[in-house]
Amino acid sequence: MAKSAQAVRTPPLAGRISGAAGVQLTPAAPAARVSLRAGANDAKALSTALGLDLPLRPKTSAGSLPGRLAAWLGPDEWLVIDETGDPLADLGKAEVLCSAVDISHRNTAILVSGKGARATLESGCPQNLSDSVFPVGAASRTVLGKIEVVIIRTADTDYRVECWRSFSTYAFDFLSESARDCLA
Amino acid sequence: MSGANRIKGKGRLTPARTLRFTFDGKALTAVEGDTLASALISNGIHLTGRSYKYHRPRGMLSAGPEEPNALIDISRDAARRTPNVRATVQEVFDGMRARSQNRWPSLAFDIGGINNFASPLFAAGFYYKTFMWPKAAWTKVYEPIIRAAAGLGVAPVEPDPDHYANHHVHCDVLVIGGGAAGLSAALAAAHAGAEVILCDEQPETGGAFHHDTDATIDGVQGWEWAQAATAELRAMDNVRVLSRTTAFGSQAQNHVALVERVTEHLANPDPALPRERLWQVRARQVVIATGAIERHMVFANNDRPGIMLASAARTFLNHFGVAVGAKVGVYTACDSAWAAAFDLKQAGVSVPAIVDVRTDPDPALVARARELGIEVLAGQCVLDTSGKLRVKSMKVGRASGGSTRDIAIDALIMSAGWTPSVHMYSQSRGKVVWDEASQRFLPGRNVQDCMSVGACAGVDDLADAIAGAAEAGQAAARAAGAKDGKDWTAPQSASAASWAGSMMGSAGGAGAETSVKAFVDFQNDVTAKDIRLAVREGMHSIEHVKRFTTNGMATDQGKTSNIHGLAIAAEMLGKPLPQVGLTTFRAPYTPVTFGAIVNHSRGSLFDPTRCTPMHAAEEAQGAVFEDVGQWKRAWYYPRAGEDMHQAVNRECRTVREVAGLFDASTLGKIEVVGPDAAEFLNLMYTNSWDKLEPGRCKYGIMLREDGFIYDDGVVGRMAEDRFHVTTTTGGAPRVMHHMEDYLQTEFPHLKVWLTSTTEQWAVIAVQGPKAREIIAPLVEGIDMSNEAMPHMSVREGTICGVPTRLFRMSFTGETGFEVNVPADYGAAVWTALWERAEPLGACAYGTEAMHVLRAEKGYIIVGQDTDGTVTPDDAGLNWAVARKKPDFVGIRGMTRPDLIAPGRKQLVGLVTRDPSIVLEEGAQIVADPNQSVPMTMIGHVTSSYWSENCGRSIAMGVVAGGRSLKGKTLYVPMPERTIEIEVTDAVFIDKEGVRLNG
Amino acid sequence: MLLIHCPYCQEDRPELEFRNTGEAHIERPKDIASISDADFEKFFFIRTNPKGVTYERWRHIHGCARFFNAVRDTVSDRFVTTYKAGEPRVEVERGEDGMLKLKESGQ
Repeated sequence: MAKSAQAVRTPPLAGRISGAAGVQLTPAAPAARVSLRAGANDAKALSTALGLDLPLRPKTSAGSLPGRLAAWLGPDEWLVIDETGDPLADLGKAEVLCSAVDISHRNTAILVSGKGARATLESGCPQNLSDSVFPVGAASRTVLGKIEVVIIRTADTDYRVECWRSFSTYAFDFLSESARDCLA
Repeated sequence: MSGANRIKGKGRLTPARTLRFTFDGKALTAVEGDTLASALISNGIHLTGRSYKYHRPRGMLSAGPEEPNALIDISRDAARRTPNVRATVQEVFDGMRARSQNRWPSLAFDIGGINNFASPLFAAGFYYKTFMWPKAAWTKVYEPIIRAAAGLGVAPVEPDPDHYANHHVHCDVLVIGGGAAGLSAALAAAHAGAEVILCDEQPETGGAFHHDTDATIDGVQGWEWAQAATAELRAMDNVRVLSRTTAFGSQAQNHVALVERVTEHLANPDPALPRERLWQVRARQVVIATGAIERHMVFANNDRPGIMLASAARTFLNHFGVAVGAKVGVYTACDSAWAAAFDLKQAGVSVPAIVDVRTDPDPALVARARELGIEVLAGQCVLDTSGKLRVKSMKVGRASGGSTRDIAIDALIMSAGWTPSVHMYSQSRGKVVWDEASQRFLPGRNVQDCMSVGACAGVDDLADAIAGAAEAGQAAARAAGAKDGKDWTAPQSASAASWAGSMMGSAGGAGAETSVKAFVDFQNDVTAKDIRLAVREGMHSIEHVKRFTTNGMATDQGKTSNIHGLAIAAEMLGKPLPQVGLTTFRAPYTPVTFGAIVNHSRGSLFDPTRCTPMHAAEEAQGAVFEDVGQWKRAWYYPRAGEDMHQAVNRECRTVREVAGLFDASTLGKIEVVGPDAAEFLNLMYTNSWDKLEPGRCKYGIMLREDGFIYDDGVVGRMAEDRFHVTTTTGGAPRVMHHMEDYLQTEFPHLKVWLTSTTEQWAVIAVQGPKAREIIAPLVEGIDMSNEAMPHMSVREGTICGVPTRLFRMSFTGETGFEVNVPADYGAAVWTALWERAEPLGACAYGTEAMHVLRAEKGYIIVGQDTDGTVTPDDAGLNWAVARKKPDFVGIRGMTRPDLIAPGRKQLVGLVTRDPSIVLEEGAQIVADPNQSVPMTMIGHVTSSYWSENCGRSIAMGVVAGGRSLKGKTLYVPMPERTIEIEVTDAVFIDKEGVRLNG
Repeated sequence: MLLIHCPYCQEDRPELEFRNTGEAHIERPKDIASISDADFEKFFFIRTNPKGVTYERWRHIHGCARFFNAVRDTVSDRFVTTYKAGEPRVEVERGEDGMLKLKESGQ
């Protein structure tokens, strides 16, 4: 059998960069992602398998990148992101009832950082992103303009915006326009 | 210094900073900080436009956002032209071009002015009555003439080159209005530790201090205190002060919409700046401090240029340093106009007389007037005015009759008292309450977490307003949860201003028996007489009066006119005013541009455009794309010299003869995982899934509870507890929602989870006799032979070294595979497959060829061959309904009497007698073409194509009792001819399915 | 834009994150295949559409994705309460001020 070369990976936002005074927009590095579904009672076993405590409170996350991060999305749903390891393989070791589905390529992410980052997101996100309500570590599925996103606040002025790949052009263009106007 | 009417030493502008602008082409000068209104008046211009209906000359009535008359067309350049801008709001910038509207050929000589003399034709409700006969004349004669003669400005035709921003913001306390009350509330709330937003519609805060110079706060003049207070607020981290920002809509739960005019006042705005910014504020507490709006006096010919509100004249003088005239008459029912008269007189303007309808105005005011040498005519009225393009004189006398006197003037200022600005309160669903003592509507119980303070709440005294607002600000901060703050001590204040006295309705001399034009609503040209007419004609509700007369329905929303109209209607009805009731206040408070409302949602951001991972590769291969929902899908791939028809024919032929590559990535995909996965699918689909082995696939039909087809797709079983479900492209989100609904609410006992994987997988369909030959060399770990991998199976392995879920399935009737790879690898795998396919003579094919190929096999498309009223039986898909299952969604709906009755429309194949004729999709089908119109239609064409492979046209359609009509002739009547068709089986190629299993 | 309290996220969230999914507490009959035409009509087609107290289902579709129930006053647009899917119907009453409130238990 004639072997062809290994297929190369083309991330949806390859090569794009944008921003304005006080805001940088950067496509995030490729990552392994798992949509993890399980009852809260099984979270402990799954946490052991993943090596981090799955968050049980709404709108919170645990861990950090480039290692492993898990965001609470719903009462039986977590988004696990990992830029170095293989969370799907680790979850395979857990002997509990769950659904772990690879969504590494379904999602892509845009890193929004700088002192105008929050204002940039507020252009399109109706949720309250102020410090007391959306502190560092907060994570939530929500709306940005006309699309659904997951926003994770990874540091004081750093946010990770996860969206489905075909919406990433819209997300990036929307954030670019908003960044221009972010009052930074 | 610019403008002859600029008074040295008056006003707050810096005279040295001059700006140039034009008005109707004439070059004029303004001072930085001028509004167009103040700049025009400084140049002696009052005439700014013609009225809507009668084309009467009009000028500035006000100095603020309530302006009904002075609507101007403002432009920066050809593409940046805005009609209907209020001259009293628009700040002059250097190079601004202003043009008057609704006049032809010129402002001073306007043909439409004839309407004024034909005005009996245009009385209230005229359009309901006058133009009814002859009927045909409406569209041909009346409407074009009315449209040409009446109206406001002309909308720009060029695309708007500017951009607009949106901002969602959350705060503890939103304060609307930056007058003394608003500033006090904001300071108190901010010091109490709350996150505060203060918005004010003017360039500078200060509210009534724009005109009122009689107040001192903290030992300084009110205006100075306001600027210092604003500076203090701006310096605080927890406060955002937004000037030039109008709160225009108050929605549920303190969601308040503000529009900020960012660059409208700048000569050379930074292109990076948005022109306007929409603020969507969600406030825990709202403090409404919107002040009050002065009413005009309703008397004969009260609309001539130069006749304006007393507070406006005072603003022009005290803020802009402009005298509204050299000889200014005063007509009032309220004390505040007296202060305006005094200010004008002291500035050197002649004030021949103060006419006050009250017989006993405050003796202190009378004494002060005498001291200044102003004649006081108490208990008298202005009975009429004269002057064509500017007021020339006022006729003064008693309403009861007797001698009259003409007094020469060049401006007339007036006040009928103040209307609390309850718009925001009312929009927040609060109900206003009539206050008998002060004769005005005031905010009643608060429905939302809001409070009204200051003049809009009927608080007239400055010290009371400040104290009340401070208390409200602090209470709002506390209620919003602010802690650790400190008390703010309200400053000492003193004011000599009096706002006492008011009248509603028409003044003496314009009473019930007269037919003079005493304007109530300037912008819609509604007179006191019109309102009386409405009542006489039977309009007894104020809502009916409003619609019949259009009083208060113009873009100014009746800010100056509503109360007058109500009072006149009440008088006519013989009812107390509060019993007649106030019309509802609706957003927007003042006009808002579409740009601000639409903000980012223009151009490419109007709607997301979704592209598949292979989009760029397909584009490089020359694909033409079609829109399928938000998706861009490759439609066909024309080669040099080919039109669409030729390209599609070639693609269809090539797929059946060799093979084709097709991008199927947009199909919806759902991963169904859990021990009860099969049981769940049993409930969601008509089919039975228990016996489907891992590695095999099945075509599934999903119904709604009503028994009609909702979606379809191939489902592959990846493992005992894991299914790979596919849906239609358009159905992906709703099918997911539908499944989640049942799972969460009806079948929560099932241990199964759903995950959308639509975008996880890029899907490349490889269809045709050489499909296997194309794919196999790139695949590892899968035996693709017909024996090992029969039709409707799925395997996991690798392709080009990356993981794949390889389906053997077909939507063409050929041997086919669908290669699923993680999306980021889609482009590379597509290219690798193309490199294999091209030398073999295969092609890439688009959605059009896909449609033809599936129709040749009679495969339906849900949403094209079904329309939400088609059952599985109607579609000939009974074989896919598992009869032995105790339950599935739609099981009961399917057996409803109408759904099992004979004579239902059934899906069949249709061929034209003339094979070259391609039917139109949607065309109706009849049994007898010679019956009379309207014919009995027994069905319609759902899919129709030229089939190159069949060498003829083919079609599918739904026909009543269609399956029993096979071989029968039916007819498709079209405008130019009647087409003869025959009912056939819907499978046109390879009825035995030999090719499928090859 | 309303603020809606999601009983799963335990906070008020903007309406844009939600989708209204029709009347609440209409349970799909366990024996649906055998119910009468009249019962099917009642179950599938007939809705109350009241002025005043309405029980409705919402989904926090762009949030935690859960379905839940809400009691809302259609006159004022005000939510009285929200509760998780599967929980029993919450009874409400109109107070003297005209506002809906939770019914006192034990009454």
